[in-house]
Amino acid sequence: MSTAAIAHPKSFWREYVFSTDHKTIAKQYLSTGIFMALVGGLLAYVMRMQLAYPGQAIPGYGTIDPQSYNAVVTMHGTIMIFWVAMPILLAAFGNFLIPLMIGAADMAFPRLNMLSYWIFFLSTVVLLASFFVPGGAAAGGWTSYPPLSGSAAYSGGQWGVTLWLLAVAMEFAAFLMGGINFITTAINNRAPGMKLFDMPLMVWMQLGASIIFLFSVGPLIAGAVMLILDRVAATGFYNPATGGDPILFQHLFWFFGHPEVYVILLPGFGAVAEVLPVFSRKPFFGYRMMVYATIITGVLSFIVWAHHQFIAGIDPRLATAFSITTILISVPIAVMTFAFIATLYKGSIELKTPMLFALGTLVVFLLGGVTGIHLGTAATDIYLHDTYFVVAHFHYTLIPPVFFGFFAAWYYWFPKMFGRMLNEGLGKAHFWLTFIFMHVTFIPMFLLGFGGHHRRISNPQFFEAMQGPEAERLQIIATAGAIGILLSQIPFVVNSVLSLLRGAKAPANPWQANTLEWTVPSPPPHGNFETVPQVYRGPYEYSVPDRVDDWFPQDAKV
Amino acid sequence: MENWLPEAASSYAADLDGLLIFISAIVGVWFILAEAVLIGFAVAFRRKPGQKAAYLPGRSLRAMSWVLVPCVVVLGFDLVIDGVAAPIWDKVKIEIPESDEIVRITAVQWAWKFTLPGPDGELGSDDDVDVMSELHVPVGKVVEFELTANDVIHSLFVPQLRLKQDAIPGRVIKGWFEATKTGTFEIVCAEICGLGHTIMKGKMVIESEEAYSDWVKSKMPEAAASIPAEERNEG
Repeated sequence: MSTAAIAHPKSFWREYVFSTDHKTIAKQYLSTGIFMALVGGLLAYVMRMQLAYPGQAIPGYGTIDPQSYNAVVTMHGTIMIFWVAMPILLAAFGNFLIPLMIGAADMAFPRLNMLSYWIFFLSTVVLLASFFVPGGAAAGGWTSYPPLSGSAAYSGGQWGVTLWLLAVAMEFAAFLMGGINFITTAINNRAPGMKLFDMPLMVWMQLGASIIFLFSVGPLIAGAVMLILDRVAATGFYNPATGGDPILFQHLFWFFGHPEVYVILLPGFGAVAEVLPVFSRKPFFGYRMMVYATIITGVLSFIVWAHHQFIAGIDPRLATAFSITTILISVPIAVMTFAFIATLYKGSIELKTPMLFALGTLVVFLLGGVTGIHLGTAATDIYLHDTYFVVAHFHYTLIPPVFFGFFAAWYYWFPKMFGRMLNEGLGKAHFWLTFIFMHVTFIPMFLLGFGGHHRRISNPQFFEAMQGPEAERLQIIATAGAIGILLSQIPFVVNSVLSLLRGAKAPANPWQANTLEWTVPSPPPHGNFETVPQVYRGPYEYSVPDRVDDWFPQDAKV
Repeated sequence: MENWLPEAASSYAADLDGLLIFISAIVGVWFILAEAVLIGFAVAFRRKPGQKAAYLPGRSLRAMSWVLVPCVVVLGFDLVIDGVAAPIWDKVKIEIPESDEIVRITAVQWAWKFTLPGPDGELGSDDDVDVMSELHVPVGKVVEFELTANDVIHSLFVPQLRLKQDAIPGRVIKGWFEATKTGTFEIVCAEICGLGHTIMKGKMVIESEEAYSDWVKSKMPEAAASIPAEERNEG
């Protein structure tokens, strides 16, 4: 991008709406994602209120019937994974950071980038519209297994699932284009001197996530298309009466669905990997080891999918093989976790808000990680499968990258994104409240799961396993926790809005960090770098002996 | 942990519960250790004025071994868990023992249907008897089931038996259990199956052999029930 382009004033539409600037597109993804997080959070509130007080009117919603409850469960999962985690972690921070971190003026394909956002936006509209069609939104679970999702006769409304499938397929097309852009940009557009192993870990993680997504999403798009055809053209891909097989969809779904976990996890870990060295003033411990662990995790993630199907009717002789591959993933994940911990050793740690959220990501994730062993082991999965133990497990696994990782990134890069500093006190309040209520919400779910509380039922008191004062108490505690999490976001919103309006002006490099995005003004101008930076070293040269400064920017000449 | 689980009432429940405790103990120790080191470091290495952080990039294999050696130990524990768990899975899901009773279980939106073999003792013949929602089984006997579904996917879940298996339309999945205690337990559907998922349940009554055969008789057609069992088998 030439400087002439920067000087040219553009129309409002080209600058803020149909923009090709990766930073504007990042903010578009970010705001759409945050809005959808609010929708998903309110759905969680409805769900939790019904579970704690079945049949009673929910303040702000009213009473909920079983069909609507199923729709709420389905849409909560769908939105949080596909319309919150993906746009925020991958699309927003990937878009904002990849060009800035590798010293590029923009994405490799800026117009493709704009197209992918607008397709994503359209998919969001379609998904939200599905709440208002006759029969209501999709209600077959976020996995939408056929035959339940295959015909209106089984699942209620005709339009809900069809629109759901359409929205998901469009969303995947958008992220596919985005992913191609990420990969091309990271491979081709690095500043002179920046070797692959000089890239910040965030870029590696975005690259890894994009490649995993690219390889896994094809089968699911095919699966979704077949399901749409089953619904609207009376084909029988998943219908046993016409020679089809419902299990086929599960294989296609989870061949994508499990790698998808790492698509979400890696960018969240990427944010942690950037924050820890800066606030410990230490090099990342074992940078290359971390990259290799990421690659191994990515490869392994393709051969574990059937652990979602141990008791789903697959040949039971397959289970132990998938158990072994699944549990094996704990090894590269342990490498990452221990490398994070080792990075703290003998550091000079400052617990600013980004650091609190980065550490919180790890503290919370550990419980999600270890409970994965219970579920990855086929024999123990027999009892725990489809119980609240699973619900607790995947929230402990996904909330760390999706929310703690996002907030670490938000507090860390906000000054760069918007040119203003955030308030530390409100940030810390936001962290501690969210952290505490996280456990209040999900620890009871582990216990309910042990008790045999099965998933996706709108009235637990109908079943013996969930009757009695103890189970009811756990439900109420979990609900109080969920409301607590929602209210804990007030300091976040207040802090962000106030800081945007009247926060202290952010300097170019408020954290004294090494990576290239901190060498440009906050916020960076269109085109990012006035002159193409020259890179001399890796991203984490902190506290280098015999240097006065404890940081050593990647582009600083010796 | 045992207190949180429902009472155990099947022959393989002790294996599965034992495994659950075994895994929880192993990962529990790792969890506490990792949290202690993580939080310990974050507290111990707080910024002190005038003190610079150590420069430890962890590039050499020797340095990386601080991370890699614990990971090899993790791998060891993984393999131990795999090794202990595999035979238990095989016992529950693969090696169906010689059965004393057989029943076909059909899940429908939103009820459980049980098909008893009828006087001839075989499923799939004309004299099969369908019973809705309530299944009786004898205690201490191996019951084999053939599980299927008519419409959508359901999942047979009896918490006290530690029994769970999805029911798939178009497939017949075989399984087994041996109840070790008498009592009445709920059969629930663990897989979302539509509007009525939240009310889909049945009842499993585990009782003495005498009580069980009385129940079976009461379900048989009048004529067949009056013929003594020996003659029925010859016929």
